[in-house]
Amino acid sequence: MTINEKQDELIEEFEFLGDWMDKYEHIIEEAKELPEMDPKLKQDQYIIKGCQSKVWLFPEYKDGKLIFYADSDAIISKGLVGLIVRVLSGYTPEEIRDAELYFIDRIGLKEHLSPTRSNGLLAMVKQIKLYALALASTKKMPT
Amino acid sequence: MEIKSEINYSYLEYQGAPVRHEFPALHQDVFGKPLIYLDNAATTQKPWKVIHATNKYYVEMNSNIHRGVHYLSQKATDAYEISRNTIAEFINARQSKEVIFTKGTTEGINLVADCFGRYAVNEGDSVVITSLEHHSNIVPWQMLCEKRNATLKVIPIDENGEIILDEFEKLLDETVKIVAVSYVSNTLGTINPVKEIIELAHKNGSAVLIDAAQAVHHIPIDVQSLDCDFLVFSGHKMYGPTGIGVLYGKEEWLNKIPPYQGGGDMIKTVTFVKTEYNDLPFKFEAGTPHIEGAITLKAAVDFIREIGINEIARFEAGLLKYATEQVLQLPEVQIIGTAKAKASSLSLNIRGAHPYDVGVLLDKMGIAVRTGHHCTQPIMDFFCIPGTVRASFAVYNTMEEIDKFLESLRRAIKMLV
Ligand SMILES: Cc1ncc(COP(=O)(O)O)c(C=O)c1O
Repeated sequence: MTINEKQDELIEEFEFLGDWMDKYEHIIEEAKELPEMDPKLKQDQYIIKGCQSKVWLFPEYKDGKLIFYADSDAIISKGLVGLIVRVLSGYTPEEIRDAELYFIDRIGLKEHLSPTRSNGLLAMVKQIKLYALALASTKKMPT
Repeated sequence: MEIKSEINYSYLEYQGAPVRHEFPALHQDVFGKPLIYLDNAATTQKPWKVIHATNKYYVEMNSNIHRGVHYLSQKATDAYEISRNTIAEFINARQSKEVIFTKGTTEGINLVADCFGRYAVNEGDSVVITSLEHHSNIVPWQMLCEKRNATLKVIPIDENGEIILDEFEKLLDETVKIVAVSYVSNTLGTINPVKEIIELAHKNGSAVLIDAAQAVHHIPIDVQSLDCDFLVFSGHKMYGPTGIGVLYGKEEWLNKIPPYQGGGDMIKTVTFVKTEYNDLPFKFEAGTPHIEGAITLKAAVDFIREIGINEIARFEAGLLKYATEQVLQLPEVQIIGTAKAKASSLSLNIRGAHPYDVGVLLDKMGIAVRTGHHCTQPIMDFFCIPGTVRASFAVYNTMEEIDKFLESLRRAIKMLV
């Protein structure tokens, strides 16, 4: 599946969720399905700044692909980061760098992307893009 | 249907009473649900009285004050000074020149930390605050202590969120120049024993600043009977406009301490050699002030006085008591801050859920609460929590709203836990 196919899949999932509470119910489900993150990886340097809750994002570069592990102490933040990880994890740095994330807008979470929101969705996306950009240009993980 | 011949409800308890109609912002839907505004400790909504007063200022009297001899300038100046008099009466200051207009609580504290600090705090001295303070009553004192090589001492709190007075007494010695304490904690709602604190501090020869940001619209304040040296509050938390606040200071202190900022209005004569400062209160009001805010603040004070601060205190205590009792029915809820005397704010956490999650879901159900550390990180550290969900009440909230808040809280718990 391409990144865009994954985005389309998500859009379809959210399409039938009528109100906000249903959407959040689904985001909470997403959090529950996010693969467990090794507690050893939950170090301060992997915390994404700008969230009211703690969100950890750990990148692994393996066989030319970027894989992300994430967790949060808040379940909704975990669900949000889970959505992004589901769409972007497991692709080459170039693919991630060039991906245009339209699903956030289409599933109605665009308001979460505003820099004045404290949930850090924007910061999560930026951090992932940063890892991809660095890897694509230098072939080295930024420290 | 039986029609009661007698109405037992007070003005505030009568549901749908005029008081709610005076607040236009309350009557709107958010995410398709009627707004329930329980973030009053952050800021209150504004009554028509205040909105109209703002309008009236720009329509009828906009001009600069204390300067022109022309009609409009006189009119605005009069309104500005009448507002000062009204505020002086409201807090029972001896004289209206003891009331200084500021941008808000934060500026009031910074002003005192800076000016009192330059006058009285030297190397080896100390400043005492409490563990309950808002960051704006911590950081200015930290900055002062750093500048003057002084020490910041902190009165600890207990598990209920009450100040430990015995520990305060131990901190008092000849180095303590000023004690800065909040009247009511914005996070826990604790009403602090400020009268006792002031007495103890004065016995020790220390001055006292009271941060009344969360008190002035909830409980009656009389600066003379409190005998505090300084007291600060914000207009926007008491149904008034943003960007305006008040510093009350005893005349004796305001005359002794140096001015805050230099500029127009705060001077009598200026030459390049020497400037003579103006008298109180103008000495502390450099530059063109927030004229419209100051004038409009009178409307907010009038609003409070017309209902009566005692009546407001009684009514809000009823809301807080009801909300507390209801919330305690939910086994998942833990109340943070269980002091005996509390005002307006109810902080809680859901066991097994992050406060942020609770806040997001409540928001989508139309309920405005605040989540996070509420600018009081030391309190979060003390209780070892990442934040709280805080519901804070005002004169226009109703028991029905508290019921809806609870219903929504139950739904959030079901989804999160
Ligand atoms: C107890 C307390 N002190 C100070 C402040 C700061 O007030 P302002 O932001 O209006 O200056 C607040 C506001 O949240 C407060 O609750």
